[in-house]
Amino acid sequence: MRDFWRRYRRNKGAVVGLVVLVVVIIMAATAPWLFPGSPWDMASAPFLPPGEMDMLLGTDSLGRDVAAGIAHGARVSLLVGAISTVVALSIGVTLGAIAGYLGGWVDDVVMRFTEFFQTIPSFVLAILLVAIFTPTIRSVVGAIAVVSWPPVARVVRAEFLSLRGREFVQAAEVLGKSRLSIVLGDILPNALSPIIVLASLMVASAILLESALSFLGLGDPNLMTWGFLIGSGRSVIRLAWWMSVFPGVAIFLTVLSLNLVGEGLSDALNPRLARTR
Amino acid sequence: MELGKLPGFLARRLVKAVLVVLAIVVCNFFLVHAAPGDPASVMAGQAGAADPLFLEQLRRQFGLDQPMHVQLWIYVRSVLSLDLGFSHRQQMGVAALIAERLPATLLLTGAAFAFAVVGGVTLGALAAQRVGRWADSLITVLALTFYATPLFWVGLMLVLVFSVWLEWLPSFGMNSVGLGLTGLAHVLDVAKHLLLPALTLGLFYLAVYARLTRATMLEVQDQDFVRTARAKGVPEGRITRAHVLRNALLPVITFAGIQAGQLVGGSILVETVFAWPGIGRLAFEALLARDYPVLLGVFFCTSVIVVLFNLATDLLYALVDPRVEVA
Repeated sequence: MRDFWRRYRRNKGAVVGLVVLVVVIIMAATAPWLFPGSPWDMASAPFLPPGEMDMLLGTDSLGRDVAAGIAHGARVSLLVGAISTVVALSIGVTLGAIAGYLGGWVDDVVMRFTEFFQTIPSFVLAILLVAIFTPTIRSVVGAIAVVSWPPVARVVRAEFLSLRGREFVQAAEVLGKSRLSIVLGDILPNALSPIIVLASLMVASAILLESALSFLGLGDPNLMTWGFLIGSGRSVIRLAWWMSVFPGVAIFLTVLSLNLVGEGLSDALNPRLARTR
Repeated sequence: MELGKLPGFLARRLVKAVLVVLAIVVCNFFLVHAAPGDPASVMAGQAGAADPLFLEQLRRQFGLDQPMHVQLWIYVRSVLSLDLGFSHRQQMGVAALIAERLPATLLLTGAAFAFAVVGGVTLGALAAQRVGRWADSLITVLALTFYATPLFWVGLMLVLVFSVWLEWLPSFGMNSVGLGLTGLAHVLDVAKHLLLPALTLGLFYLAVYARLTRATMLEVQDQDFVRTARAKGVPEGRITRAHVLRNALLPVITFAGIQAGQLVGGSILVETVFAWPGIGRLAFEALLARDYPVLLGVFFCTSVIVVLFNLATDLLYALVDPRVEVA
């Protein structure tokens, strides 16, 4: 563990990313105390520029506090990013493990299925799914998961293919362990590091995807999100630039920090790869 | 690849493409049926509010009282004969609606793609030749930035800077309203409107292609055939162009194929921001009205575009790289 941290620290960008990410997480966790009350309520006069009348980031067309919207939006973004990644991971790991471990025609079928999902325009499918199942936090998470599992399946399959023939797996087979316990107990733990790196990048792209959906008006109507803030600022950008600029900066910083953390994790978990680069 | 083997290769790819398109149609069918509520009212696009006569007509047309597999067959048959349904809201066939909007989208995605490939490959080649210099750092910064920025926000920021503050470029539409421009003036007018949306859509891919070109060029530069060329006294510029760059283009082609779907998906966001009158904008309007036949049609149509684009990159790849296996 100490070794891991030492290697992680060597990547300066990753350390900065981690700090930013922690700040965003703290902001999300403390939003109800930092900005008590609903972010949908009127806080001051409409269209106040940043800094005026104690409104740090200004107010929107209905006098709502933009800063409060961003803090509360962080909760939704992180939550959607994390949950949809967990769901996508469970789909991708299951399919990838089945394909890689069983091989043969099962592998063929699963990989054709994966390819299909990689070919179709995934964003259009996500829009369609959320629109048809009506925008709720569940349909948004589901749609994001449905379009983001294929890379996981590919990575896991490749790992399983290469691990399946190793001695420790053969030993487990000879010992008479069941297939399920070999897959879960012997192969999967050894395939974890690429999955962890991929997961951090997936949270980042899930946050981008969620913001795009809610920008188009497909967010959960009861939840304040960054994409919604930008979407509502779009038509009044000539009047109030701050309405669309600040939420975008929040998305940028969060996603950038996740990508940097992903790079750091990759360096720390694959020390050989990091050194040769 | 030997030209003699090309027809077989193409035939196999065509079969695959047809299967993918069929799978998409089936996917659409199940989406309609998975939706909460009556499939007829989903297809009418007005859950609960459609007039009963129209619903009855839809029920008969799609055989909604028949068993599932018969319904599927009717649906597949009608989509494959390019009957994508009827938009009750727009009082127009979905296929006609899409056909009307398609040219604008093709222009936008085509321009963005060309910008990304030309800019990305140039920047990548520059960076590979001068590792650690400005082009190199620029690529790293560009890539980090555009991997983390929502596409629609990039568009809004470009509007803010170039339309609102500097007032250089128009921020929405495809041409100036009411001027009635013709000929060259019209082309220039469209080009002016195209600039910001194409930039928005293309910048992310520019960063991707630049990184890719740089990485492969660095890899190819050290290979034996390049050393041989150098030893033979081939001028350095020619080595870069004819030997290194040519090989470095292959992964760019591969990636372009893989990302075609993303590019088309991104155009929905960009067209929404810039009110560009293409199928992305159509999808957004359909979204606001919950006009499902149009949404399903857009999904089908964009998927077909992606499949066709993949077919084209496969062909291009086979022609450029003699090593591609025909298997």
